[in-house]
Amino acid sequence: MKFMAVAAAAISLILAPGAQAAGNQPAAPDKVVNVYNWSNYIDPAVLADFTRETGIRVRNDARYDSYDSNEVAFSRVIAGNSGYDIVVPTNEFLARMIDGGALAKLDKTKLPNLVNLDPALTALMEKYDPGNQYGVIYLWGTTGIGLNRDKIRQRMANPPVDSLAMIFDPAIVARFSDCGVAMLDAPSEIIPAVLRYLGEDPDDKDARALARAEAQLLKIRRHIRKFHSSQYIDDLANGNICLALGWSGDVLQAKMRAEQAGKGVVVQYLMPRQGAQMWFDSMAIPKDAPNPANALAFINFIHRPEVIARITNKVRYPNANRAADAFVAEEVKADPDIYPTPMMQKNLYTITPNNQSEQRLFMQVWSRFKSAN
Amino acid sequence: MTGWRPGWREAAILLPLAWLALFFLVPFLIVLKISLAEPILAQPPYSPLLVWPEGGGWPALGARLDNYLVVLQDDLYVRSLLNALRIAAVSTVVMLLIAYPMAYAMARAPKNWRPALLLAVILPFWTSFLIRVYAWIGILKDEGFLNHALMSVGLIDQPLVIMNTDWAVHIGIVYSYLPFMILPLYATLERLDLTLLEAAADLGAPPWKSFLQVTLPLSLPGIVAGSLLVFIPAVGEFVIPDLLGGSDTIMIGKTVWIEFFQNADWPLASAIAVTMLVVLVAPLALLRRGLHG
Repeated sequence: MKFMAVAAAAISLILAPGAQAAGNQPAAPDKVVNVYNWSNYIDPAVLADFTRETGIRVRNDARYDSYDSNEVAFSRVIAGNSGYDIVVPTNEFLARMIDGGALAKLDKTKLPNLVNLDPALTALMEKYDPGNQYGVIYLWGTTGIGLNRDKIRQRMANPPVDSLAMIFDPAIVARFSDCGVAMLDAPSEIIPAVLRYLGEDPDDKDARALARAEAQLLKIRRHIRKFHSSQYIDDLANGNICLALGWSGDVLQAKMRAEQAGKGVVVQYLMPRQGAQMWFDSMAIPKDAPNPANALAFINFIHRPEVIARITNKVRYPNANRAADAFVAEEVKADPDIYPTPMMQKNLYTITPNNQSEQRLFMQVWSRFKSAN
Repeated sequence: MTGWRPGWREAAILLPLAWLALFFLVPFLIVLKISLAEPILAQPPYSPLLVWPEGGGWPALGARLDNYLVVLQDDLYVRSLLNALRIAAVSTVVMLLIAYPMAYAMARAPKNWRPALLLAVILPFWTSFLIRVYAWIGILKDEGFLNHALMSVGLIDQPLVIMNTDWAVHIGIVYSYLPFMILPLYATLERLDLTLLEAAADLGAPPWKSFLQVTLPLSLPGIVAGSLLVFIPAVGEFVIPDLLGGSDTIMIGKTVWIEFFQNADWPLASAIAVTMLVVLVAPLALLRRGLHG
């Protein structure tokens, strides 16, 4: 038996060095918060400030993990025991998590900073989270066109840069095939966009509409080099690709990185004239979160006006906190690509959550599209 | 039951049976159960198999075959299974062609060299599998080592596009699974009775003939064992196609991953897994019967 005990100890040492290390220095269990957030979506200095002020660690023994797909984050959380205290799903995925019973109701008494939330935006969230009981808007944005100005101009005179035709018209996208076209690896973004381009309701989930979307997508398949929801930031900034259908702040981060690199790459973001999908990412607490109290402290800290403003300045996505406007940099506030003008806002649309069978159809269309050649 | 007393012999048989039941049969039954369920928005994301009526009584069976119908009707799944079988088969043949001479040379090497040669085959396992696959990205990408080397010696003037294609997937699978092919081949070739080859030579057979008529047939068990050992996991491979393959490389392992982790569609993923198992196990069972019966 002694041998067995030694062997078991040896195996556990090999298999779980992290767990062992944690066991040696028992960390106070109430002093960590495990965050599961989008990649390139926070100012890391904010995390350090949070730990300094509250003593709650976000890194070191705690986890700050990132994802670039709502679908993946949803699957992790709905499976249960994800170990995360905070997850940041987009509207329709927030709704699906709520319907699936995966989230805990927020104790608003612990979140005094929410008084600053813009009621116009929280009203839009009612459709997904009635009463705003489960989610707090973190940042929001639009889905549009990112491009390398010079490479596009070299290949086409007067390109319709602010039109979804850049991506979805086979005759136009073919011109940019050689310099690299990428799109988000997210059916929930691309299928509504192609429906909008075809002049249909972007929120149509009917099998006939999806078939039309698929037929159009298949026509442009061979011009798409990459399906990825985070790599296009660097690819646009380095000039590895010249056209992308992506998220506003990501493209604007690519623009900043290209300026910093100083190699003459000029990146632009354009909101499609056909209309862009507008989305909200909300912080929420999984029902089985190990440290829900710390999660509430984290959400409240993030919603301090100067903190959320710093995040907006860094990642170029607008926030929903009105008191933060005073701390948002002027050039960020004045940029219509970040904060769309009221005129532009009229042209934005949101989509409703998929039920399970609609989700299955979406993924099948998506897999067939990606695997076609 | 009289006269049956459990002894060491029974224990020796029962132990592997219990092992199989616990680690193969039970997980399989769980997967089978989920494959008959309906995906729902809940935790866990599938409907229960037995629905107990309120107020007692017999439970109703909540099993449905819808997921299997989807697997068979949508050509996506059939295509990705066929694609996986093709990639695994081609890789297995390539591995056999590379591994056989290597195993042969190892088995014929001086006895005191063999441990070192064996070690050389196993040594790569000391580095994480994932890291080694990542290393291939550095080698195969457009501006990677391979293209740099080939361009600097002037063999090509345009970089070869290997990364994110089926080529890269084949290379990754052959590289990763090669030791599993070499080891069983080496085991059979090393035990080969060399006096048989002497006898063949004495009877006038040239080396190629004694290889074809003596060595090759006698190493057949090693060939079969090695091929199965690499073919079966290669069919279900997920990491290699995901990291090295393009978005048009569809293999069944990746399709199952997508259904599980992108779609939270456990029932459909389970139905694909069960279908894959049937497709793989049925021919193997027939093969076994053919070999032994």
